[in-house]
Amino acid sequence: MHELSVTENVLEIACRHAEKAQAKKVTDIYLVIGKLSSIVDDSVAFYWDIISKETLCEDSVLHFKRIPAELVCQDCGTQYTLEDDLTPCPNCHSARVRVVSGDEFNLDSIEIERE
Amino acid sequence: MAEKRIQIVENILNANDRLANQNRKRFDDARVYSINLMASPGAGKTSFILATIHSLLDTGIQIGVIEGDTAPVTIDSDKISAAGMPAVQINTGGECHLDAVMVENALEQLDLASLNLVIVENVGNLICPAAFNLGTHSSILIASVPEGDDKPYKYPNIYRGLEVLIINKTDLLPYIDFNLDYFREGVEMLNPGLITFSVSCKTGEGIDAWLEWLKAKIPEK
Repeated sequence: MHELSVTENVLEIACRHAEKAQAKKVTDIYLVIGKLSSIVDDSVAFYWDIISKETLCEDSVLHFKRIPAELVCQDCGTQYTLEDDLTPCPNCHSARVRVVSGDEFNLDSIEIERE
Repeated sequence: MAEKRIQIVENILNANDRLANQNRKRFDDARVYSINLMASPGAGKTSFILATIHSLLDTGIQIGVIEGDTAPVTIDSDKISAAGMPAVQINTGGECHLDAVMVENALEQLDLASLNLVIVENVGNLICPAAFNLGTHSSILIASVPEGDDKPYKYPNIYRGLEVLIINKTDLLPYIDFNLDYFREGVEMLNPGLITFSVSCKTGEGIDAWLEWLKAKIPEK
């Protein structure tokens, strides 16, 4: 569990961009997280309320957008969505697969208020 | 009072990655090969480092070790020092992983000019260390067979960023149910063609093949 370090990084990036934009406060934070990135939304939100106090981000709301994990089979080209378990290609059962999406771990955007 | 949306699209661990790149440059400038060694607690990380040190004693290769632990203990770094190599102990203060900042601080205490190889022993954990780039040249995981053959399926992320996989404690294979084919299929899905060495740090079996790979990576100095 490294949610605290992750949350601190989100705060650093959000405050840096908010200052640059001369924001009075940040109201919303939009995160894009792939399914393969192991992070617990509730923990991040819990830490967020604590560490964002007395910063430009105080009282801002975190929004999580989850991106599904998509794999493509290198042998037959079948693209499939990974559910909870790691599974080989559903078409030809090959284990030669490549991740297409699901690695995302981005702070996508923020909404700010100005004077 | 205007509302405004600002596009950022920045990786959340960007700051860590920037520092990791600086660490990499320090290793490169000093012509030192560097390894981030990860595993669950008890997989044999320290034994593997000691086996590597002892086997390379006659070669003149100088090895520095950075030991990460969550508690203020020096058990591991004492073993490295006793083997005659410099060790730096990092106490993460409860944090579940090492990050690039901790490694940067530890590098201040190592004389890179006199070293050929630095091994960073990460905190025993299969989840968190996977997310934090340290700037090392390679990431290596030790999977020991008593942990079970389902670990690639349960902890996929750590397998995806590896350059090398070490399967340790192979001397125990006759006594436990470990399906090597099932294990390898999981690894293959996550990291096709991953370089793998099967070893026993206890008997020394398989260590030579690992050393051959390692020695070829260490730059002339």
